[in-house]
Amino acid sequence: MATAVTKPPRAATARGRRRTGATPRRLPYLLIAPAALLMLGFIAYPVLSVFYYSLQHYNPTKPWRNGFAGLDNFTKIFTDDPHFWGTLSFSLKWVVVEVSLQLLLGLALALVVNQTFAGRALGRALVFSPWAVSGVLTSAIWVLLYNSQTGITRYLADLGLGEYGTSPLSDTGTVFWAAIVADLWRGVPFFAILILADLQSIPGDLYEAAEVDGASRLRQFFHITLPHLRDAIVLSTLLRAVWEFNNVDLLYTLTGGGPAGVTTTLPLYVAETSVDAHNFGYASALTTVAFVILLFCSIVYLRLSKFGGDSK
Amino acid sequence: MTAAATRTRTAPADGAAPPAAPPEGPGPTAARKRHRAWDEVPRWQIYLPLGVYLVFTLVPFYWILLFAVRPAGSTSLLPWPMTTAHFEKVWTERSFGVFFQNSLLIGIAVLVSTTVVALAGGYALARFDFRIKKGFMLALLCSQFVPGALLLVPLFQIFAELRMINSLGSVIIAETVFQLPLSMILISGFIRNVPPSLEEAAWVDGCSRFTAFRIVVLPLLRPGLVAVGSFAFVHAWNHFLFALMFLSSQSKQTIPVGLNTLMGADSVDLGALAAGGVIAAVPVVIVFAFIQKWLVTGFSAGAVKG
Repeated sequence: MATAVTKPPRAATARGRRRTGATPRRLPYLLIAPAALLMLGFIAYPVLSVFYYSLQHYNPTKPWRNGFAGLDNFTKIFTDDPHFWGTLSFSLKWVVVEVSLQLLLGLALALVVNQTFAGRALGRALVFSPWAVSGVLTSAIWVLLYNSQTGITRYLADLGLGEYGTSPLSDTGTVFWAAIVADLWRGVPFFAILILADLQSIPGDLYEAAEVDGASRLRQFFHITLPHLRDAIVLSTLLRAVWEFNNVDLLYTLTGGGPAGVTTTLPLYVAETSVDAHNFGYASALTTVAFVILLFCSIVYLRLSKFGGDSK
Repeated sequence: MTAAATRTRTAPADGAAPPAAPPEGPGPTAARKRHRAWDEVPRWQIYLPLGVYLVFTLVPFYWILLFAVRPAGSTSLLPWPMTTAHFEKVWTERSFGVFFQNSLLIGIAVLVSTTVVALAGGYALARFDFRIKKGFMLALLCSQFVPGALLLVPLFQIFAELRMINSLGSVIIAETVFQLPLSMILISGFIRNVPPSLEEAAWVDGCSRFTAFRIVVLPLLRPGLVAVGSFAFVHAWNHFLFALMFLSSQSKQTIPVGLNTLMGADSVDLGALAAGGVIAAVPVVIVFAFIQKWLVTGFSAGAVKG
């Protein structure tokens, strides 16, 4: 925004001279210095070292092989890795299903709690409440719910839904949706909160005018509400997609990537490769690939959605 | 009930309004005007979906509470008779007392450091034009794509170099760093919403830049800072990987790591797991109850639009 103030007026009063500590020229640099240093040291440097190691054979348990690898790691990823394509496609499936369901449910929920009704404050507080629950706690809760002996699955079996004695987490056919539901439970409020915030900034006269013109509520939604929400939706889906792609807390603790590796995402696979197998060089190459994929998808998404363009 | 029904929340007025606008609405008249078109929604169209969604939201909470308070072996679906045995067990035997302390310490330290550092940086971004500003903003945005989970190994090496492995400081730094970019973007948005003329008026009255900021701008930033600070706290309280990786001894570990250990045990003690989960939820629920009404306003005050 153009309203930046570059320096305080040089009032020639005696009291004005108290502003001496830092000249306005240096001040902005001093102010961003702590943040910039922290980010250089703990984000930029690690990222660069990942790029560096991606070109190396580096495995502390096999020091005799360490050394420059050229593009070996990358060649191996694309041609000779039994897990890469599987984990990548699972990651993409996970992100697409999670983000679209979270968006749809969050949008619906925001529209509902944006109405005026008795008990709205309480209703909002309750439906938003899983927002702050951690991935590990979500896992703990759903492990209890999915327990084959004492979980809700047993009571659903009483009602004829599902079978006795099986947990949805231990079956390769059901584990995907079981994990999806658990993550939806805590993910939907994020969208609901963001979209509700944006809904409240739509001027009411727009709806009034539409009403006068005889537009149905459905038309009002598609011609007023949705265009207004567009930028917020684009940005929040993008942030959420990146977050869901990178997030390992929930799947790591809920399924551990199993059963039989069917819920292993690319980041989980990277973590296994680096932490358990100590193959840092190869893990770094995988990280680099993941990073490039994320960046590429994000740019394409922003282009396609014409983010920041004029909303009609 | 009718009073509650006619109240509504302030719509932040097109970016110009300071974020300190009170969360409750501009009065019944404006409220009715804004919502008139939507007021004709039949009640069942509100309560039915809300009710269904509430069941989905609340049953899991009920389930964990139930397991936490009912005696081991009980299959009752009502939390009665109640016992605190599970809580006593996880708090002492499973060291959740220690974990709680560690998590709280980390959470508060991350809250303070994130807010202070992001406030300084956010002010610079909002109020100055300087040479590397564009590049810095770009770096902030790009950092959103950097997965902390994928940097575990290099971060571990850095902290090993700094001799900070197994010290809470490593987790505090790592969490702060990954909270900073978004916090700074949000805070600079909040500061932009405060008209510069307010500050300039204070300078003319002889205040230093810092004093003017403290007296004039800071109070207006309160809702935004509360939102950002609670984000940082909740995130640090909840986050799991850094603590799992950087803290090796039992006495240094955090609540999420403890919960994971409970889940990973050969035969999971469901009562203890549930009680541990309830302990993990308590501070977050308190923070959430406290900030819930500011969350939506805090966001709408220019947050998403940057």
